Amino acid sequence: MNKYLERLLNGLWKENPVLILMLGMCPALAVSTKASNGIGMGLSTLAVLVLSNLVISLLRKVIPDDVRLPAYIVIVASLVTVTELLIEAYLPSLYDALGIYIPLIVVNCIILGRAEAYANKATPGLAVMDGIGMGLGFTVALTLAGLIREVLGSGTAFGLQILPKSVEPIAIFVQPPGAFLVFALIIAIMNAIGIKTRQRQLVESGCDGNCAMCTSMCENPKTPVDEEAAK
Amino acid sequence: MKDLILIIITCALINNVVLSQFLGICSFLGVSKQMKAAASLGGAVIFVITIASAVANLLYNHILLPLGIDYMKTIVFILVIAALVQIVEMFLKKKSPAVYKALGIYLPLITTNCAVLGVALTNVQNEYTFMESVIAGFGTGLGYTIAIVLLAGIRSRINEEDLPAPLRGAPIVMISAALMSIAFMGFSGLSL
Repeated sequence: MNKYLERLLNGLWKENPVLILMLGMCPALAVSTKASNGIGMGLSTLAVLVLSNLVISLLRKVIPDDVRLPAYIVIVASLVTVTELLIEAYLPSLYDALGIYIPLIVVNCIILGRAEAYANKATPGLAVMDGIGMGLGFTVALTLAGLIREVLGSGTAFGLQILPKSVEPIAIFVQPPGAFLVFALIIAIMNAIGIKTRQRQLVESGCDGNCAMCTSMCENPKTPVDEEAAK
Repeated sequence: MKDLILIIITCALINNVVLSQFLGICSFLGVSKQMKAAASLGGAVIFVITIASAVANLLYNHILLPLGIDYMKTIVFILVIAALVQIVEMFLKKKSPAVYKALGIYLPLITTNCAVLGVALTNVQNEYTFMESVIAGFGTGLGYTIAIVLLAGIRSRINEEDLPAPLRGAPIVMISAALMSIAFMGFSGLSL
């Protein structure tokens, strides 16, 4: 298969950052109250991810290995600030809905994780495709969770009423506990139908115990997904 | 004084950083396997968030605002927090080996914990004074510790139960977190 297309599909499904790799859970839980918020957050992250992958890939021979993480953080933080200012200027309603979670894209593990695991070794073209794939995977997962919570919790989908008015929505699903419940059920369903996720790493080892440097902190950066792919 | 107590209660219980704001989820799920590790991480988080809130507040009010570059806050805060954790780690290693032994391995984990940056940014948004920022940081850290220690307690019991296979691992931990979150929603009824 075309290796550019392969990067795209890899992020979208095979290594979906939220559903399979279980990265970026904080924003996934926080902004999935509505499907439209999920899309907004997903696309903002996608923009930052594509640009940071591109810049890091272009600078991969310039940045000394010892100071690479601080360098990446500066690059990502600058891109996030630009994105934040653009959203504030052109999409004020999205800015209000996402609030503090826009600047917090800086500490989203997906971005530094991809920089560390892929972009600093790949050519700019592949790195950009990887960013688009991962960003789309993130967007799809957030929109899916947002859609489930919005339908169950307020009876609407993308703001349109779809459940009859006589059905009382289950308000708990748009409140914080609903986020945990919906993601717990999504993972349980994936377990039940035999889709392997990296949840063990999420809850069994402190490996993912930090939000940004998950990949670099791990002693064994190979994920079960990678190991299976190698077989 | 009354305001400061209200800020602690709000940050620790009503707007619990993990259970209602979803910051620091990764470490909340990852390090809650054992009570002792959870308590140590909680201690380290309280320590770092309190100091980071103080430093971030001083930087924002005395350097960024006067220079008119407050839009740089995200970049400045994340770098300051990363540097701060390093300094705290080196300081503890030298001056207080006992504390370092207890908290040491968790300190690097905190560098990019979203809760630390989240509190620094929220403090700026709420226009807190220096004292209020420090107290808000302390309250948030306290809320994090309460949540992670409670979850560790629940998880130690869950491990003995015979669960349906698909629910083992992350799903049951997140369902426990959902139930804790429902319980914490009760605090929003406090009339402050």
